Amino acid sequence: MTWKLKTTAIAAVALIGTTGTAFAQAKTLDAVKARGSVNCGVGPGTPGFSAPDDKGNWTGIDVDFCRALAAALFNDPKKVTFKALTAKERFTALQSGEVDLLSRTTTWTMSRDSSMGLTFAGVTFYDGQGFMVNKKLNVKSAKQLNGASVCVQTGTTTELNLADYFRANKMTYKPVVFEKADELNSAYEAGRCDIYTTDASGLYAQRIKFKAPGDHIILPEIISKEPLGPVVRQGDSQWFTVVKWVYFALLNAEELGVNSKNVAEQVKSANPEIKRLLGTEGEFGKGIGLENDWVVRIVKGVGNYAEMYERNVGPNSPLKIERGVNKLWNQGGLQYAPPIR
Amino acid sequence: MAVIQEQRGQQASSNGLLSYLYRPEVRQVVWQVLLLIGLIALFWMVISNTRANLAKQNIASGLGFWDRTAGFDISQTLIEYTNTSSYGRVFWVGLWNTVLVSVIGIFFATILGFVMGIARLSSNWLIARLATVYVEIVRNIPLLLQLFIWYFAVLKSLPGPRDSHSLGFGTFLNVRGLYMPSPIPEAGFGVVLATLAFGIISAIATYMWARRRQMLTGQRFPVLWTSLGLIVLLPLLAYLALGRPLSFDYPAMKGFNFEGGLVIQPEFIALLVGLVFYTGGFIAEIVRAGIAGVPKGQKEAARAIGLSSGQMLRLVVVPQAMRIIIPPLTSQFLNLTKNSSLAVAIAYPDLVSVFAGTVLNQTGQAVEVILITMAVYLTLSLLTSAFMNWFNARMKLVER
Repeated sequence: MTWKLKTTAIAAVALIGTTGTAFAQAKTLDAVKARGSVNCGVGPGTPGFSAPDDKGNWTGIDVDFCRALAAALFNDPKKVTFKALTAKERFTALQSGEVDLLSRTTTWTMSRDSSMGLTFAGVTFYDGQGFMVNKKLNVKSAKQLNGASVCVQTGTTTELNLADYFRANKMTYKPVVFEKADELNSAYEAGRCDIYTTDASGLYAQRIKFKAPGDHIILPEIISKEPLGPVVRQGDSQWFTVVKWVYFALLNAEELGVNSKNVAEQVKSANPEIKRLLGTEGEFGKGIGLENDWVVRIVKGVGNYAEMYERNVGPNSPLKIERGVNKLWNQGGLQYAPPIR
Repeated sequence: MAVIQEQRGQQASSNGLLSYLYRPEVRQVVWQVLLLIGLIALFWMVISNTRANLAKQNIASGLGFWDRTAGFDISQTLIEYTNTSSYGRVFWVGLWNTVLVSVIGIFFATILGFVMGIARLSSNWLIARLATVYVEIVRNIPLLLQLFIWYFAVLKSLPGPRDSHSLGFGTFLNVRGLYMPSPIPEAGFGVVLATLAFGIISAIATYMWARRRQMLTGQRFPVLWTSLGLIVLLPLLAYLALGRPLSFDYPAMKGFNFEGGLVIQPEFIALLVGLVFYTGGFIAEIVRAGIAGVPKGQKEAARAIGLSSGQMLRLVVVPQAMRIIIPPLTSQFLNLTKNSSLAVAIAYPDLVSVFAGTVLNQTGQAVEVILITMAVYLTLSLLTSAFMNWFNARMKLVER
């Protein structure tokens, strides 16, 4: 049996497992506090989202979200145990309790939100599926791709969107399906496929790993909606609320102009909205099972949403992705958080 | 007096029950029954616990997903499949792809293993050393690495579709695979197939007749040439006589890729070559051990009656070595089948890749999918074992 199958099988057995698992799942927040660290499932190598850097530290916007959670819980963004999961392994790992949450470019869909026993806590990155081709092929639009070979990763919504798109446009294609992005990259670079498809952010991320990134262009068509965000298990509303509000806190901090550089000043602010956000007024942190200065801890640890974005995927990072639909609602984007009051 | 008697009676009866339980045949049954009850209880606990846990977590269970639309495509399908087919169909596609690579792999691995095993015992120094080097290399490098090496070696050494190598007869080789013309039977081709079937059956009949005649009279009959004539010449004549009722669909460059014809994909080639070379190394060692296990006196006796070394190997050594070779050979066949699940790493759509991979992920029903996959490998292994046991029984030395 392959090692992958073995991992899945072990996870499946764990799922079959004991009542102990089910007990632990009902009280994830208590279990995490008792353990002293968050078990966070991340992607195994998507620059900008989750990838180890040259010193072996995990970096990326998905990684930073887990750090924000750890900062809110323990006042220490380092108290995270990262588990690298492929697209194929991720749900079983979460369902079986191996990780407390997934923060790894996972698309929010209806079936995942219902029959798979998962709940999405928000959308940390609005994305859409795109195509990358070699410049040599002289392709300008995805409509010209009839008959092409397509490299795609298994166990993703990408695989399904691809089939839908080609069927809807009465075109044919030849899929070449890999389990891991690294083998996918090698095969695409060796010319096994004409097209590389995944979420547009993923295309930018993988392209910087190529030997000659400049030889490849990303086509303008975006063929799907891919809302990516953190995922938790169903049936534990306390933990769901904590994860959800950590995400909202990151957005609210950006909206109110609170960032990692000025947070020490902002604590003294007279603005009632900032006072509620930073816990100098009200009992909002205690309400979700945390301390009242939870947002101060988050912002000190990883900054606000804008800082996370700029550092990992923004125009000044190697990925160079414009903020676009991921701007705040009052700047023309889709990122919107309910108020803290 | 009466009281004492009563007490004694009780003692005797309790002694009777105990000694009854201590009787070996009863004791055996009691323990077996207790074990069985324990096992059933354990299974029942596991099953009910799983169901309860899945229900609590709101994860769908059962086989309701089997008839739902899959919605994704598969690169190699031996049976009819489109992206509107069901998850159940995906299962069969994956199963046949696994069976295909396993059967062809077992065939070639056996040939390679026998050749290398005999070569290791060769008196030619160079051949024996080369075989040793081969065996030691393939046995000592993890199969997954070997598969990557084969796959990326295949990919890197082949040209893109626009600069394909043309191999003649409408066959092309490029990084997307080996493209060959596919035969399309026309009216009358059925007759050619019927002649072929007739040829094969009569060749077998000839063989059996010739064998019996040789046993009885010692006269030999040119079975090989007669069979070749029956199997090759007869259908060929029929084919030509009927005006060549077979046309070909030639692959042609169209857009990005070759369209039409038959294609063997690089993933399949890499997986097959990887499995054949890896398993071949183990089979070579089994064959060498088997041949070495035949007593030296047998070879000397064969030489003494004037058999050539080829005849000696074929008629005396190998038949006796087979007794030693077959049981461990069975394990290697099972290993090859199970190792084919590494296909997932190099994009070959086997059962683990499409069913225990994509279907599991789209449905989220890990328990059902993994159980079904395990049942499939178990069934394939048991079938292989059953066949090899039958073969082993047939190959046993008949003592006269």
